[in-house]
Amino acid sequence: MSMIEINNLDFTYNREAILKDVNLAIPEKDFVAIIGPNGGGKTTLLKLILGLLTPDKGTILIDGKPPQEASSCIGYVPQDIHLNQSFPITAIDVVLMGKLDPKQRLSRRSATNRRDALAALERMDMTAYADKKIGTLSGGQRQRVFIARALATKPKLLLLDEPTSSIDTKGQADFYQLLREFNQDITILVISHDLLVISRYVKSVACVNKKLHYHDQAEITGDMLKTMYPSTDEEVCPVELVAHGLPHRVLSEHENQSP
Amino acid sequence: MIEALQFEFIRNALAAGLLASVICGIIGTLVVVNRIVFLSGGIAHAAYGGIGLASFFKWPYLPSTIGFSLFAAMLMASVSYKMKHRADTVIGVIWALGMAFGIILVDLTPGYNVDLMSYLFGSILAVPRSDLFFMAFIGIAMILLVTYYYQDLLAMSYDEEFAKIRGVPVKKLYFVLIGMLAVTVVLVIQVVGLILVIALLTIPPFMVEKYAKSLFQMMVASSLLGAAFTVTGLWLSYQYNLTSGASIILVAGVVFLFSLIVDKIRFACHRT
Repeated sequence: MSMIEINNLDFTYNREAILKDVNLAIPEKDFVAIIGPNGGGKTTLLKLILGLLTPDKGTILIDGKPPQEASSCIGYVPQDIHLNQSFPITAIDVVLMGKLDPKQRLSRRSATNRRDALAALERMDMTAYADKKIGTLSGGQRQRVFIARALATKPKLLLLDEPTSSIDTKGQADFYQLLREFNQDITILVISHDLLVISRYVKSVACVNKKLHYHDQAEITGDMLKTMYPSTDEEVCPVELVAHGLPHRVLSEHENQSP
Repeated sequence: MIEALQFEFIRNALAAGLLASVICGIIGTLVVVNRIVFLSGGIAHAAYGGIGLASFFKWPYLPSTIGFSLFAAMLMASVSYKMKHRADTVIGVIWALGMAFGIILVDLTPGYNVDLMSYLFGSILAVPRSDLFFMAFIGIAMILLVTYYYQDLLAMSYDEEFAKIRGVPVKKLYFVLIGMLAVTVVLVIQVVGLILVIALLTIPPFMVEKYAKSLFQMMVASSLLGAAFTVTGLWLSYQYNLTSGASIILVAGVVFLFSLIVDKIRFACHRT
């Protein structure tokens, strides 16, 4: 059974089509990179999967269930982690939010929850910051807290929206290495612009620009880029092909020169 | 101050001020972190429409004021929930309309009328015992409600999207919060006046927010700070024969400005 199954999905906002005729089947334990231009509908797609938005047409099934029912087994790391900097909350309390279950309001198992939350922080190497106020942490540290919060939900599916925007290059490689470890038992979808970094770690690529193209290989070809980004490849990205292995330096073709 | 306590009206004023501090400390914390200060001001002013209705139609005072402000509050809540960024304009309109509506109705009422000044500044020195019990009841009901929904309110206030994903009934809870705000604001206004309610609702939570590590800490510290302002203000007003509500607000305002200056200096020291 697929972890995510989307059939003939349309989504419009203010009478403008954001996503059109989207079909997608993502198998369990997949590690998908979602790429595409800004405003192409990547974040909208994540919010539809989370059940925060409802499609105009078509169906979404997460692990065989509609999103609203399945959302408690989805871990979500939002794009904007800088919201509410002065809010009176500590790192551990942010992570505990991942254990929130409104159905068990009266019988909260706070000791177990706290242990789970601390374990999630430990996994992200953030134990020392558990009782620090969230606003005093750096961007990268806050990112780790938010990922810990997503892990604390014990997710089957992990969605990350541009997670590396506040991490330096070395940190990014470590970060994707970590995601690859999580991928051993969690299906992962990550929105990213770092085409190069991504192709070394992910298993498949989904290109979103109103339409969706899914490729079950971690390859980004020039054709894909051309269809996804409505301008010439040189403007978008001077690289023609993204390959596995050691980092390469790929130069663009000379003009008017046939190979 | 000690000899002042032999007067019952001073004891009642003190009790009313302390109860208002606790209620405003709890609700004010939620108001400040959810950034609905403007909406609270809107509710408090629009409530005057209810006073107008009560005097014109000779309806009982409390039910009509609460009913009218709940109506106005729900209107504001639905606008602000749907379009967060444009809500302030609509709230401003309801704010002004409610107030004008009330004043016109009071004008049209023949005979002796409600005094606008007592609505603005209250009459903390003339609080009857029955009002104290009423406020205590409201305070306890609110503490129970906030305790029951604490985790949900925390998640909603910090990260509404994530709260929704976890299954928190965010929309329902938002309307409950605004409804609770409307009821408490109206009841406390009746005792200490609109201006003091707005001051107690915003100044202590804002000062405490930077130092508190949780909503609970922020609520407790805001209540204590509000209580300190109230006691100092009442003492000043007794000693120097000043208007009590205004004295309390002035104390709060001076301490607030002082804390801003201290923060600036600390920030400057940090940088060098």
